[in-house]
Amino acid sequence: MDSAALEPSLYTVKAIFILDNDGNRLLAKYYDTGLYPSMKEQRSFEKNVFNKTHKADNEIAFLEGMTIVYKSSIDIFFYVVGSAQENELMLMAVLNCLFDSLSQILRKNVERRCLLDNMDGVFLVVDEIIDGGVILESDPQQVVEKVNYRADENPLSEQSVAQVLQSAKEQIKWSILK
Amino acid sequence: MIKKFDKKDEESGSGSNPFQHLEKSAVLQEARIFNETPINPRRCLHILTKIIYLLNQGEHFGTTEATEAFFAMTRLFQSNDQTLRRMCYLTIKEMANISEDVIIVTSSLTKDMTGKEDVYRGPAIRALCRITDTTMLQAIERYMKQAIVDKVPSVSSSALVSSLHMVKMSYDVVKRWVNEAQEAASSDNIMVQYHALGLLYHLRKNDRLAVTKMLNKFTKSGLKSPFAYCMLIRIASKLLEETEGGHDSPLFDFIESCLRNKHEMVVYEAASAIVHMPNCTARELAPAVSVLQLFCSSPKAALRYAAVRTLNKVAMKHPSAVTACNLDLENLITDSNRSIATLAITTLLKTGSESSVDRLMKQISSFVSEISDEFKVVVVQAISALCQKYPRKHSVMMNFLSNMLRDDGGFEYKRAIVDCIISIIEENPESKETGLAHLCEFIEDCEHTVLATKILHLLGKEGPRTPSPSKYIRFIFNRVVLESEAVRAAAVSALAKFGAQNDDLLPSVLVLMQRCMMDSDDEVRDRATFYMNVLQQKQKALNAAYIFNGLSVSVPGLEKSLHQYTLEPSEKPFDMKTVPLATAVITEQKTEIAPVATSKLPEKLAPSRQDIYQEQLAAIPEFQGLGPLFKSSEPVQLTEAETEYVVRCIKHTFSNHMVFQFDCTNTLNDQLLQKVVVQMEPSEAYEVARYVPAPSLPYSQPGSCYSLVRLPDDDPTAVSCTFSCTMKYLVRDCDPNTGEPDDDGYDDEYVVRISPCGDPSETALPIGRHVASSSLAFSLPAGGPGGDRRRPHTEGPEAQLRSSLGGGGRRVREGGDVRAVIGPDAGGGREQHRQFPGDAAVRAFRQSPGEQELPRPLPRRRVPRGPRRAAAGAAGAGGRGHHAGDRAEQRGDGGGRHPGLRGLKSPAADLGSARPGFHFFFFFLLFLSVSTQQRSHTSDVIKL
Repeated sequence: MDSAALEPSLYTVKAIFILDNDGNRLLAKYYDTGLYPSMKEQRSFEKNVFNKTHKADNEIAFLEGMTIVYKSSIDIFFYVVGSAQENELMLMAVLNCLFDSLSQILRKNVERRCLLDNMDGVFLVVDEIIDGGVILESDPQQVVEKVNYRADENPLSEQSVAQVLQSAKEQIKWSILK
Repeated sequence: MIKKFDKKDEESGSGSNPFQHLEKSAVLQEARIFNETPINPRRCLHILTKIIYLLNQGEHFGTTEATEAFFAMTRLFQSNDQTLRRMCYLTIKEMANISEDVIIVTSSLTKDMTGKEDVYRGPAIRALCRITDTTMLQAIERYMKQAIVDKVPSVSSSALVSSLHMVKMSYDVVKRWVNEAQEAASSDNIMVQYHALGLLYHLRKNDRLAVTKMLNKFTKSGLKSPFAYCMLIRIASKLLEETEGGHDSPLFDFIESCLRNKHEMVVYEAASAIVHMPNCTARELAPAVSVLQLFCSSPKAALRYAAVRTLNKVAMKHPSAVTACNLDLENLITDSNRSIATLAITTLLKTGSESSVDRLMKQISSFVSEISDEFKVVVVQAISALCQKYPRKHSVMMNFLSNMLRDDGGFEYKRAIVDCIISIIEENPESKETGLAHLCEFIEDCEHTVLATKILHLLGKEGPRTPSPSKYIRFIFNRVVLESEAVRAAAVSALAKFGAQNDDLLPSVLVLMQRCMMDSDDEVRDRATFYMNVLQQKQKALNAAYIFNGLSVSVPGLEKSLHQYTLEPSEKPFDMKTVPLATAVITEQKTEIAPVATSKLPEKLAPSRQDIYQEQLAAIPEFQGLGPLFKSSEPVQLTEAETEYVVRCIKHTFSNHMVFQFDCTNTLNDQLLQKVVVQMEPSEAYEVARYVPAPSLPYSQPGSCYSLVRLPDDDPTAVSCTFSCTMKYLVRDCDPNTGEPDDDGYDDEYVVRISPCGDPSETALPIGRHVASSSLAFSLPAGGPGGDRRRPHTEGPEAQLRSSLGGGGRRVREGGDVRAVIGPDAGGGREQHRQFPGDAAVRAFRQSPGEQELPRPLPRRRVPRGPRRAAAGAAGAGGRGHHAGDRAEQRGDGGGRHPGLRGLKSPAADLGSARPGFHFFFFFLLFLSVSTQQRSHTSDVIKL
């Protein structure tokens, strides 16, 4: 299952991804270019991981020779992938930091819709936690401070009126079509 | 796939993904508003998010469109919206590899990284380093150094991590920042500490002394960051392993002290480091194990998993050390995380007593279908180990395995089970029948050709010897009816084995064979016809030769030989005997030569060293037409490891030629060598036919040059030759940093200092070292053409011996011609390789009375043995001691033949007096001893 001890290195995280409850990718970062270089391989890896993990909330799994720690919230799944020899607790620290930071930014609404509405913030959070596979920050408080991003407080700003209209239109359209 | 999900999304009516129907072209169209004044940060931010989202989904951006969008994006630096700016950095990083001319943002980024806004500085550094290349790096070096020691932690961390990324690209530049990194390592911020430590280690990892110093410093001063502690533990354990430091070293104490750290992460890292250490005693393991035991009852699944996994590791080597945890492990076997439960059970299987096996097996079979294939393989391995430990339990195991075999599972999993069953059958004769029955049942419905052929082969081997062989025939013949070509062919072979061994079954087998001869596949028909005819002869010898003994040659070797044969068509039919035998006993390889089976297992057929050489040599146009490679020697170091040019030599023997391959490495980073050639001056009848120079030797990249020597074909007694060798080349000085060479160079020579050695595969130091202190003594181990010139076909132990001798039998056919002088040499070389299993047998064979009747060997001119042989002889059987003495004398004589050469000043003196790498000449002598006869066994007189 695992062979030699790990070469001391800061490159801890091989990949990080967020999937929705159908297994679709919402965000994915692969830091080790040798691992699943093509999009097709990445997708099939994500699919495999999702199939094996979405039923039971078990926190940790070992798949395709890699340690995967994961966490779900309402309708999204967070995954952090490391090598087989990696310290599982380090990966856990990354996962917890990711989850806690996002939950602060999204005001505890860690669900798909809210996440997608604040995708820019999510990208920034991931960028602050991991840089090219190296853990950059593991304290959620620090991450949130650095990102300095707030989800929209006032939904009636100039831009969002249009958005609300748009989504209302869509809703009506669908209800008619049904 | 994506489309399908989208459709599902629509149908479910959620429709809530704002990015769902993004079109790349539409987004790029929208990106035009970046050029509007004033900038609308909200809309721009939204569009940037869309672009990054698309990139993240794997959308492909063409260079032109990416560059266009990138350039438009650069305008957004005018806005002061924080999030927008940060998204710009992200876009830069994402597009760094797609877009062209990304460096135009350098100045904007440099401004941000040195600006007043701390929020921008860290991310700006990271974005900047992402787009910077080696040449540009020097321009920002100053800023980087400042940033590393900046008092804002995020800036310092970003700079350190970016430096780490750039080490791969421009090590030399980043190396100059060591002092800054050192300073950062004493920072109060935990992440800065961690990153600084990581960078420092990365820069120093090749310098063991520096690493040791660094470790000492940090282990004493103590760090705050748990991450940094984990890193330190890893460095320490690596260092311990490299230096083979005992467990009383301060490093080990440090790791052990980490077991009492307050962070679980550090404690676990330390425990795992101790567990992974080689040759750890049970007492040293105890504290680590007790820590892991505590973790087993943790509420965190990850921690339990980590603990059990590590304990499982310990149990492989020290089952007794884990026994203390059995109670905790028992609690885990019902864990809801099946990975943890599986690991707990397999650990218990290793540590527990025989009585608990049944219970555990029952437990694990209750959820085996739920766990992933990886863990199923772990379970099977545990069972396999268990069977060796408790052979009496094989019936329980066999039942369990057969149940697992019936379940769904991937190829790896099934193969593990089949391998496990096979090993049980081999170890337990009582379990043979049940095992074979399970396997028979398995191949009834097996989708893996490789496994089916493997099992059929096993049936063919084991089946005929069981009490009722007839019952297997049905299973085998079912395969002939139902399966694919490869399996059918394998089944035919298995059938033939039944027919050959069981006389009462023979008539029925012949009937079945007759049916197989009507098969639609060529291979199957061929095999059936062939076996049919062999079986009808009813001769045991024929059966033995053509049915039981499969292919014993190495498959890659056969492939090469056949390829070679097709390249040079000749009148002679292809001779199987020229193919090197398989060096290792690889059972899978012998099983079936069905093409499908072999092509599916390419990793099994790793080519031997010689095959690799043959391929390399065949790629050189000058060496076309030399014929097949007989033998390649082990590499011999001609220089010491620290000299400016490192040269090693490998001899390749062909039928009429020898190729000397010189692997040279240039260890001077201010030089580029070109047209490197090793000139050889032979002393006797040999002539150097051709040199193939290495075109260029940059710093630390090994290159090979070759010398082709024609072996004299008129004088069969010219069996040895001495070469003096000089390396000639064109030197061009170059800049050590960039590697840019000067325009003009000058010719130079270098004479390789020789450490006299025989075959480095021998550990015994050659006696020749004392006698011929600066000469290189080579010995081409030679087999005599008369080696065993005797009846071509022999049975019994002698045949066995022949196979252990490798080339032995083959020599017979090659003898007589002078060419064979080298030919048998190859055989002899092979024989050397093979000596390990049956050295004694070989010796006995040589001393057998039959051997004495062999034709008298030709008088030899030089001792055909390498010094190592002499040494081995001296150390070995007393009966051969005097030979060794003789040889040593001779060696002395050989060295004495070149007193002039040996009188040259020593290389060390030269090193001191001259600029390294220039104008010294020394020589090396190749004692090339090629002998025409089998040596050592008879009391033949050694003549010079």
